[in-house]
Parts: sequence; C-alpha cells; structure tokens
Amino acid sequence: MHLRHVSVADFRSYESADLALGPGVTTLVGLNGQGKTNLVEAVGYLSSLGSHRVSTDAPLVRAGAERAIIRAAVIRQDRETMVEIEIHPGRTNRARLARAAVSRPRDLLGTLRTVLFAPEDLALVKGDPGERRRFLDDLLVARQPRWSGVRADLDRILKQRSALLKSAAPQLRRSGRRSAPRVDDGALSADREAALVTLDVWNSQLAMVGSQLLYARLRLLRDLTPHLTQAYAEVSGGQGQASVSYRSTVHAELAQAIAAGEVPEVADLHAAMVQTMAEVRDQEIERAVNLVGPHRDDLLLTLGDLPAKGYASHGESWSFALGLKLAAYHLLRHDLGEDPVLILDDVFAELDAGRRERLAALVGDCEQVIITAAVPEDVPTALVGRTYAVSLGCVQESP
Amino acid sequence: MYEGAVQDLIDELGRLPGVGPKGAQRIAFHLLQSDPSDVERLVATLTAVKERVRFCELCFNVAEAERCRICQDPRRDPSAICVVEEPKDVVAIERTREFRGRYHVLGGAISPIDGVGPDDLHVRELVARLSDSAVEEVIIATDPNLEGEATASYLSRLLKDVGVRVSRLASGLPVGGDLEYADEVTLGRAFEGRRLLNA
Repeated sequence: MHLRHVSVADFRSYESADLALGPGVTTLVGLNGQGKTNLVEAVGYLSSLGSHRVSTDAPLVRAGAERAIIRAAVIRQDRETMVEIEIHPGRTNRARLARAAVSRPRDLLGTLRTVLFAPEDLALVKGDPGERRRFLDDLLVARQPRWSGVRADLDRILKQRSALLKSAAPQLRRSGRRSAPRVDDGALSADREAALVTLDVWNSQLAMVGSQLLYARLRLLRDLTPHLTQAYAEVSGGQGQASVSYRSTVHAELAQAIAAGEVPEVADLHAAMVQTMAEVRDQEIERAVNLVGPHRDDLLLTLGDLPAKGYASHGESWSFALGLKLAAYHLLRHDLGEDPVLILDDVFAELDAGRRERLAALVGDCEQVIITAAVPEDVPTALVGRTYAVSLGCVQESP
Repeated sequence: MYEGAVQDLIDELGRLPGVGPKGAQRIAFHLLQSDPSDVERLVATLTAVKERVRFCELCFNVAEAERCRICQDPRRDPSAICVVEEPKDVVAIERTREFRGRYHVLGGAISPIDGVGPDDLHVRELVARLSDSAVEEVIIATDPNLEGEATASYLSRLLKDVGVRVSRLASGLPVGGDLEYADEVTLGRAFEGRRLLNA
C-alpha cells in the first residue's frame, strides 16, 4: 500500500499542509524544529491512533485551535480509500473512512499500516521494559486489531485487581502471619476468607486474559525473530548476531522454556499463571501490586553473547532498534501480502557510511518509504527520490 | 449565572445523571414557563417516589410494598431465580416475557476501583433465599463486561456447593444484525458459545 496524499490542519505546528506522495521514496528535508517529524507523526497517528512521541492528544493540536485534522488517501491494490481523523483532546475523536463517518475511531485500524522508526525507538534497546512490551503489543494490534480489545481488558483487570489488593489489604494481611490465637480470630479469618475468594475471582480473570496475551506475544516473537536476525545482519554488515528472548513472570520452570523460545499452549500458560499467583500471593498482598502477568514481562535483547542494554555501543543500539522495526516491517509484509508504509524519521544521521548504504539497499524495494533528514547529505543518494523542503511549518517541493 | 432560585434549580438539575449544564438550563426554563399545576404534579411525584418507593425485602427490586409485584405474584415460578445487577435489568428481562421465575437484584457488580466488594452487594441475601425455598436454578444475568463477568464467576464459586443449577446468560451475536458489523470480541465469544445443529 502507499499514500497518495496527506494533509493536516491545526496539527502541531501546522495551520495546514498538503503533501503529495507516491510510490518510492519521499524525503522531507529541513532544519531542526521546522516540522518534519510532525508530518510523519500525523501519518503514524492515522495508522495506530496514537502518537509515537506523546501519550496524550493535547500536544498534537496547534496552540489556539480546538481540534486537529489528519487526512490521507491510501492506495491499496489500485483502490483508493480516504482516511480521516479529527482529534479532539479530552473528547472522543471522530473518524471517517471513505468519507463516511465510522462509529468508533478503532474502525480505522488496518486501513493504513505503517512501520515508523524514530529516534525515540532507541528506548527499545536502552529504555524500560514497558517500551519493549509496547512494541510487541502494538505489533500484535497491527497484525490483528482484535488484540487492542484484549489489551484494554487486561489493563482494566489489572486496575481492578490492584485496587482490590490495596483496599482489602487489612483483611488479607490479618492472620496471614501465625500469631497467637485470639478471641475474635474466627471473625477475622472469615473476613480474610471472603477477601481471598474475591481475589481468586480476579486471579482467574487475569489468568484468562493474561495467558491469551502472553500466548499471542510468544507466537509473535517466534515469527519475528528470524526477520530480526536477518535485518540486523544486513544493516550491520554481518557484525554480531541479534537475538531476543522473552522474560516471563510465570514460575521458573515454564519461564525457562519460554526464554529458550518455546511457545507453550494457552492452557499451560493459564495454569502456570494461576499457580504463580498462588505462590507469590503473600508478596502481592504485602506490596499491593500485581506481580504476575504480561504487564511485568520483558524482552531480553542480546547482541552476540552479551545483553544489548548496557553493553552495545550507541551505533549498535541504534541498529538493533532499527533491526526490530525492519523485522516488524517484513513480518507485516509477509502477513498481509502487501507492503506497509515505511517511515524513517531522522535515522541516517546516527549511522556510519557503511550502515547507511546497506540500509538504503535494504529499503530500496519497499513500496513506499518516507524519510526525514536535517542534512540532505546524510541520505544516501540512491534513496533521495522526491524531496520536500520543510521550513517553519511550510512544505514545498524541491526541484 | 442566573439570579438566586433559577441558578439553584439549574445546579440541582445538573447533578442528575445524563444532564449537562446546557440541558439543566433548558429544563429549568421549561419548568419556569410551564403551568403551576404541572410543576406541582412533578413535585408531588418526586415526594411520593421518596416516600412510597422502597426496595423489596426479598429480591431488592424497587417496590411499593414490603415485597415487589413479582415476588407477590403466585403465578411466578419459584424454582428459578434470575440474578441481575440493577432494577432496570429486571425491566429489560421482563420485556422479553421469556422468563417466568423470580429475580434477585444485587445492586451493582464487584468493582474494587469503585470500592464495591461482594459485601456491598445483596449476595448474602441471595444465599439465604436459596437455603429455604424450592429454588432449582440460578440464572446469572450480570452485564457481559469485566465487572459483570467477575461477579458471575464469584457467584458461581459461591453457589458451587449449594446444590442448585447455576447458569449464565449466553453472549454472542445480536439478533437481526449483520455478522460483518459485529465487533471482534462479540464474534469471538459467539464462536466459543456455538451450538451443534445436528445433535
């Protein structure tokens, strides 16, 4: 698929901007702070309904405006579809597909698919586990939109369960320790029993939804890993092997199998989660925190024999993050039988000449690539394509 | 801001669920312009509702006597109890005319975020009803959302050893709808709960 046209209104620094695009490479060139990234952020928003830079919508709307609009013409298999979203911070966003209003913005997901690599993605290697979980989950949703519902359910269950752990802490903790029996012990332990039954209910909800998400992540990782190894080898020119393994919070035995790359059955994951929650129950009660579940898991990224985090150089970390995104691209391309739109935001400045050229060769066959760069010389000549100059929120095609 | 009483009325109306500031203003001016007798009737109804209406001592549905009309009705089947979250769910199920048993209104669903635990619901009263009557089946009809499911699963555990059949309303595709418009979760559930046609 590719974008034929993108326009924004009151988005970030833009009052309005129009961008004609086509298959092949489009490069946006401009000095720092002129609004190159804002444009690719808008394209990313249409495909994921979120920004890769901020978690709330308010900063996306131009100062003084009430709402921002992003519109794009997507061409898939020679058919054009208009996708449009109106961003109203603090209210419900409105979306239109082929000029008809859709009831939920979520219905847009899947029409435009992008893979966006941006400087923020360095956090995939150097940042907190949350970044790596989000990468996996976003990719899951890009493959199968139904996972966004499962993610939302899991978040809600975790909130309910931690609220329960906090509010029922007095009952749950009581008589947990073996103290001398007292007269009112009967009433106290009945209270505790009741609180434990309620906790059990949320345990089974968490295990049911959590094991599904865990299973989906593991299968995704199994499919992603070969693409990652290949993409990293190609970018780095064969220096070092990138691999990734999943760190699960389920109990040790199964976690080991998972780390070794096995994908257990959902039922086994479910049972393991239930068992692990029983094992760490006292700790969970003590700390009033959900300790078991996909929300505590992590990915271990390794380069050769060493963990990437803390050992890899800046350029290597950058290439690893890029490798993950390229792997996602290849996976989606393989799944969908068509190319997502590849967006490379400010990627070349951080790579050495060899890696730049190899990356250029690597993305040369993609249906559509959108590149931003502060210095035009950073972009390998093979990749320049159609060029736009971006300055102070104005976009003009360069000859 | 309006003067005195008008603003007070707008503020009071604005506290009602589903009424925003604009709506409150509209209702307030409608009341100001309407016939005094109409307003008196409304006042009388409001007073009556607080004075007369209470909750059924058996099922906690809204009632005007100690027991609600359904619990008083001897034609209702005493062997089935349908457990719902709110009185308005009773009305919804009554509209189907499919169910001839009695109800039990929990008064909400388990939701630790809102500070609602099983003790805040009429669960104990439900268990008490099961021990001394001819109840054979409990149908759990809580909402098909996370909190409703959690409540259903709590009840099913609690009633496991009571010796009555416990069932849960099916969830799936809406009747008269198009398959293509169903969301993924609903469709997924419908797959899970599919029925054999040749059995």
